[in-house]
Formats: sequence, structure tokens, C-alpha cells
Amino acid sequence: MRPSKPAPVSRSAAYSGIPSWIYAVAIAGALLVILPLVAMLARVNWPQFLPLISSESSLAALGLSLRTSVASTVLCVCLGVPLALVLARGRFPGQQLLRAFVLLPLVLPPVVGGIALLYTFGRQGLLGGTLEVLGLQIAFSTTAVVLAQTFVALPFLVVSLEGSLRSAGGRFEAVAATLGARPTTVLRRVTLPLVLPGLVSGAVLSFARSLGEFGATLTFAGSLEGVTRTLPLEIYLQREADADAAVALSLVLVAVAVTVVGLSYRRRGFLGGTGGSGTIRETPTPALTGGSLR
Amino acid sequence: MTFTFNAAVRERNFDVSLTVGPGETVAVMGPNGAGKSTLLDLIAGLLHPDSGRSVLGGKVLFEVLDGGHTWLAPHRRGTALLAQDPLLFPHLSALENVAFGPGSSGASRTSARNTAREWLDAVEAGGLAQRRPGELSGGQAQRVAVARALAASPELLLLDEPLAALDIHAAPLLRRLLKHVLAGRSAIIITHDVLDALMLADRVIVLENGKITEEGPTRQVLQRPRSRFAAGLAGLNLLAGTVTEDGITTAEGVHFSGQHDDGLEPGQDGVAAFPPSAVSVFLSEAHGSPRNSMAVTVTDLEPHGDQIRVRAGMRGQLAADITPAAVADLGLVPGMKVYFVTKAAAVAVYPA
Repeated sequence: MRPSKPAPVSRSAAYSGIPSWIYAVAIAGALLVILPLVAMLARVNWPQFLPLISSESSLAALGLSLRTSVASTVLCVCLGVPLALVLARGRFPGQQLLRAFVLLPLVLPPVVGGIALLYTFGRQGLLGGTLEVLGLQIAFSTTAVVLAQTFVALPFLVVSLEGSLRSAGGRFEAVAATLGARPTTVLRRVTLPLVLPGLVSGAVLSFARSLGEFGATLTFAGSLEGVTRTLPLEIYLQREADADAAVALSLVLVAVAVTVVGLSYRRRGFLGGTGGSGTIRETPTPALTGGSLR
Repeated sequence: MTFTFNAAVRERNFDVSLTVGPGETVAVMGPNGAGKSTLLDLIAGLLHPDSGRSVLGGKVLFEVLDGGHTWLAPHRRGTALLAQDPLLFPHLSALENVAFGPGSSGASRTSARNTAREWLDAVEAGGLAQRRPGELSGGQAQRVAVARALAASPELLLLDEPLAALDIHAAPLLRRLLKHVLAGRSAIIITHDVLDALMLADRVIVLENGKITEEGPTRQVLQRPRSRFAAGLAGLNLLAGTVTEDGITTAEGVHFSGQHDDGLEPGQDGVAAFPPSAVSVFLSEAHGSPRNSMAVTVTDLEPHGDQIRVRAGMRGQLAADITPAAVADLGLVPGMKVYFVTKAAAVAVYPA
């Protein structure tokens, strides 16, 4: 008899330590996400697909969704970067409380957010009177759509970026300061480039979240075609009238979301945590064996 | 340009006062946790002292006294910091890293890059200008980091164990380079390596538990250490006690004869220092003046060059270097009671 030869072990076959039954549960979890998408794909009326998604109201909703999502992503970056910086690097009383409030929209039902926004910016709201004097009416306008989307999407950017800032540490900033760089220069030339992967992934998540926003938009901005009726609202409306159109538009939304997330994943080779720790694989974390910079 | 420093940090039990003269390089040595990095962080402005005052060339770095509170931001201090980790900005090329300092202090892009090129050449890294930090070896990265620190034209250069992370092949080159660039430059260098202190520093400060326990010219500290830490650095045995007519008596009552410094008065505090190579090991007490015989218990045996270092005493604080053959003959093992015998002529006694 020939002596049995051990099968060649490839590097990828390294011991993983995962019990085999875990795979079964993991497959069930994956199916929960994938199966509905497949079911929806099966219901698409392919011959009528192009006419369905290129109707006037569909194109208006898609265009509005993309424009408002880009605007709210920009707003998220402008407001979220400073927030993440003070949460990750600053030290002030009430920091934990501020973090809790900033992250609240993650767990808050969007419709509640919409009501809160209405009582802030609406005509009868906290700031509504002041804004009206200035000739600004926000509720039920495109601005309201952007505000609602920013409200729900901001935590995604803050969480992702705060994680990156924490894992990057402050040692590069300390060195930059001793080299004579002012804090603003350090932020622009050191901190932001270092956490760029986390910032990009946070912005992508914010964009995706903005694109899908429904409850807060409907409550705070209403559903006015071409002004506040974004794609999710259009889909919900069409669901009653024309199921085929709703499915086709849903597919468009899925395609846009997959494209955005997929592109950023491939280019950067990372994806920030979705509401969790927000750790970024690409964040440079050089080994430090007891240096003095903190 | 003179640097004066005096600061206390209660939380870390840190209280240090020192000066660095124009063009002087001071080595700060001490055990881990002695407060060496705290010292540099305070100077660089990365840490606030509870009290103290520091002035660098007429510029007040901080003044935290009863009367008021002045504190200069790190970027206004002119104290470039070089750590054991090069900490090159990973998203910038070597050249851009070195140009960072000049660029931050207002130089134009072109002039900052020219300055950077000069400094890269000065550290023999001109050919690495376009490389990213990820493409550099440890030694190359540290050379670029040296260039970056110097390009910022600091009034006081702070070096925190700059050679500690380098392998034994890269360290000598960088040490030579540092010797060259530190000449005539005010600098404070933290190091664990006595060779760094000898080659790079004019003066040594020994820091223990947040306090200065010894300071003086490098040669003097190493030849005539007064603290146990400095004696360890110099590779000498050190006994502290009270000076007698012909030696010293330790607190435990052991008498040790040796060669007195001129002007040493009996009764004053003194130390006796002698090299491990001057110590012989016997199994029985060997009398006969002028010899010192001390009953000790062997704690450890370790290789030391082509000799064996026999450590003995309560905390292994005494050492004798003997040949492997002698260790075999005596049958030395840890726990054995032996006698360390030293000729009085090899023992230097001087003030503590």
C-alpha cells in the first residue's frame, strides 16, 4: 500500500477556528438579505422596464433624490467632520451626552425625526417664526428634504469618522505641531488625509442613507412632485397605483445603492463600520514600541 | 540660546529643573517610567505642567506660577521632536515630509522643497526623496525623520530614543549622522544606550522617579557614577556608605578599603566603585590586606563577552566577571554562598 500523502495545504486553508454550524446560521442570515432582492428581481416586468423608469414622474423623483442626497452628503461632511473631531479628540464636559444625542437618529424612527424637524423649522416651529421674518420657508420645500436626509444620515458619517480618528491616534498631529504647523494646517495636511478612507466611507454611507430616507422626508417635507417627492416616496405612491412601476423603481434604487457602495469598496478596499466601531482597515497604524507621543 | 526648564507634574510625581547651554547636547537617562518622556512632552508643549517656568532663548515656553499662567502652543515653540518611531506622514513622500516644517512656517513651496532636498542630502537620503514612508526601511525612515526635524530649524531638538527601534546594522550609521548634525546644536536626547551618551552628549542627566539623581559631564558620570543607575550604565559595582580612613563602611556595616580621592574627609557620605573584572570569586574567605572580602549569595550567572558575569547580593547588584573555566571549577550555581574578593587598589572611593 502506498503511504497516504497529506493533502497540500494552501495558505488560504489556514485554520479559521469557526465551528461548522456557524456557517449554516450565517447562510440563513445572508439569505434574509439576498432572498427578498431575488424575489423582487423575479417580479420585474422586464419588457416594460425602460418605459416604466423613464416616465416623467420617475425621472423627476430620481433626479430629485440624487440632487438632495448629494446636497445632504455635502452637509453631513461639513457638519460631521467637526463633530467627529470634537468627539474623538476634544475633551469637554458633556462629551458623552453630546455623542449620545448625535447618534440618536440612528435608533430614532425617522417619522419621529420628521416631526421634531417640523416643530423646529416649520411655520409654527421653534425657529420657524424667525426664518419667516427672513423670508425663508423651509418646511415642505426641497431644503426640507435635504435637512431631513442630513438629520438621519449625519450619525453614519460621525460614527465612521470618529472610529478612524480614534484608531489613527494623535501622534502624527503632535509631531506636526512640533514641526511648527498651526492647528488648522495640521488638520488640513495631516489629520484629514490620514482619515480620508474613513471620511469617504462615512460619506458613502451617508449618501446611501440619504437616498433611502422616507419617513422623515414625508413628515417634514411632504410629497410634492418635483419638489419633495424623492424616489422612495414615488415608489411608495406607485405601489398602490402601478406595482410594476414600483418594482422597477425599487430596482433602480437598489442598483444606485449597490453601485455607490461597491465602487467605493473596490477603489479603497475598505468599508467603514455601519453604525458600529467604524474601523478602517487602511488606516495607517504604524507599530509603536513605547514612544512618547500621545 | 539658552534653555531653562523647571516644572512639576504632581500626578506623575515629576519635579525637574535643568538648563541646556548654547550648542549643548544633554543626554537624559533613567529607568523606564522615570519621567523621561514626560520631560520631553512638557518641553514640546504636549503636556501642561502643574507649576514651573521654561524659557528658550528669551521666549517663555510656559510659566505656571501663583501669579499667572502663560503657555505657548507647541507650534510656536521651536522644539522639533524626533521619537523612536519615525512617524513620517504616510500620505506624503519623503521630500514632502521634510518640506512640511519649512512649509508650515511660511516658506514658499519651492523654497520649502529646496530646503528639504538639502536636508535629505545631508542625511544621505537624497535618493529616497520620492519614496513613500511605506517603501522605506526602518533606518531610512529614521534618517528622513531626522532631516524633517532639522528642516524645521528648531532652536532645541528633542530626541526620544531615536535609535531604539533600529536594528543593529542601521543604528551605527544614524548614530554617526546624529553626531554630525548635533555638533553645535542645542538638543536633549533620551537614551538607554551608554554609547549614545558618550558619542552624542556633552552632559548626562540621570532621572529616577521623576527627579534628577545625578548630572554632570558624560565622561565624569560614567567614570565616577554616584547613582546605582549610572553605575549600572558604566558597568561598575557601586557601594554607598560613610567614608573612613582607608575606605568606606556601608549602611550594613561592611567595610571596604579603596583608593581615596584627594581631600576626602572621614565621616562624609561616599561611594566605592570598582569594575566586575577586578572581582575574584572564592568559596572560602580569603584574607590578607589590602583586599576586600565580602560574603554574598550568587543570584544569577550570565554570559558577558567571553567571560561569565556572576551576579550576587540582595538584588544582584554586585557583579564579578570570571572565566567559564573558573565557574566550572568552583561549581557556581545560583543560591551558592561565595566570597567576592577585590583588591583595594581597584576600588575608587569618592564623594557621593
